[in-house]
Amino acid sequence: MTARVGVVTFPGSLDDGDAARAVRLAGAEPVRLWHADPQLHGVDAVVLPGGFSYGDYLRCGAIARFAAVMETIVDAARAGLPVLGICNGFQILCEAHLLPGALTRNQHLHFRNRDQVLRIESAGTAWTNAFQPGQEVLIPVKNGEGCYVADAATLDQLEAEGRVVARYVGNPNGSQRDIAAITNSAGNVVGIMPHPEHAVEELTGPSLDGLGFFTSALKHLVGTAA
Amino acid sequence: MPRVVVDVMLKPEILDPQGQAVANALPRLGVTDVASVRIGRRIEIEFTGEPDLNQTREIADKLLANPVIEDFTIRLAEDGETVDAQP
Repeated sequence: MTARVGVVTFPGSLDDGDAARAVRLAGAEPVRLWHADPQLHGVDAVVLPGGFSYGDYLRCGAIARFAAVMETIVDAARAGLPVLGICNGFQILCEAHLLPGALTRNQHLHFRNRDQVLRIESAGTAWTNAFQPGQEVLIPVKNGEGCYVADAATLDQLEAEGRVVARYVGNPNGSQRDIAAITNSAGNVVGIMPHPEHAVEELTGPSLDGLGFFTSALKHLVGTAA
Repeated sequence: MPRVVVDVMLKPEILDPQGQAVANALPRLGVTDVASVRIGRRIEIEFTGEPDLNQTREIADKLLANPVIEDFTIRLAEDGETVDAQP
């Protein structure tokens, strides 16, 4: 049976179309979810896409966290539903307290938009099991508030528990300890600042490396269903 | 009706690149005796009835500030401190 992967659209989401396309190219059926609809329509996993939900008013992700669909997603994520937050989706996951820390204004204040090398640090998550630890991938980064911060104890805990999922090779925004992606303790929720959904086709992406994040989720779902 | 004022500031240990950019611009105004600038956000809340400071604290903690990176303070606005928005 084809896995169904939900892609949420908030007011101001930009990359929901690309995320749905990436889900389809990975071999799953994309299901569009709407911010005001609390139903998840039986999806097996959820992607929170990039963009500027609610205009980034107050703080990035601060208002999206209270969207009707998010309340359902938070409960489902705690029960093991694979959730990938990309860029603004990462910010929403932090605001929803599914992931620790916060994303703040880039240290140099510039919006960074470039193809970025990442090193996969943890291949044990629902969204990175198709990679090898230490593998380098090339995917676009584009953010103004992508600087990951957390207190030293939280950073140490993330490192000790193997929850740093990917690091920048050449830090684009000042993120502490070069962190580009992290996961929760169960490994089903991943937040990543760069955009794997923009690296899934030769015509438009710098590589096809982004596909691995989506095929990982499908592999994970097959494993958990067995 | 008096308003409640919530001030949200980045925690001291969190880098404030906006504040730094402003501080770096000051010498161009001829101001050279400023050690640092930090930028925060002020929010005014008007209740339909009496101002509710406990409610405000909950609003600030859950929505207005992100306790991971920000601190907030709450107080009642003093007479004449706030101005109603023009319709």
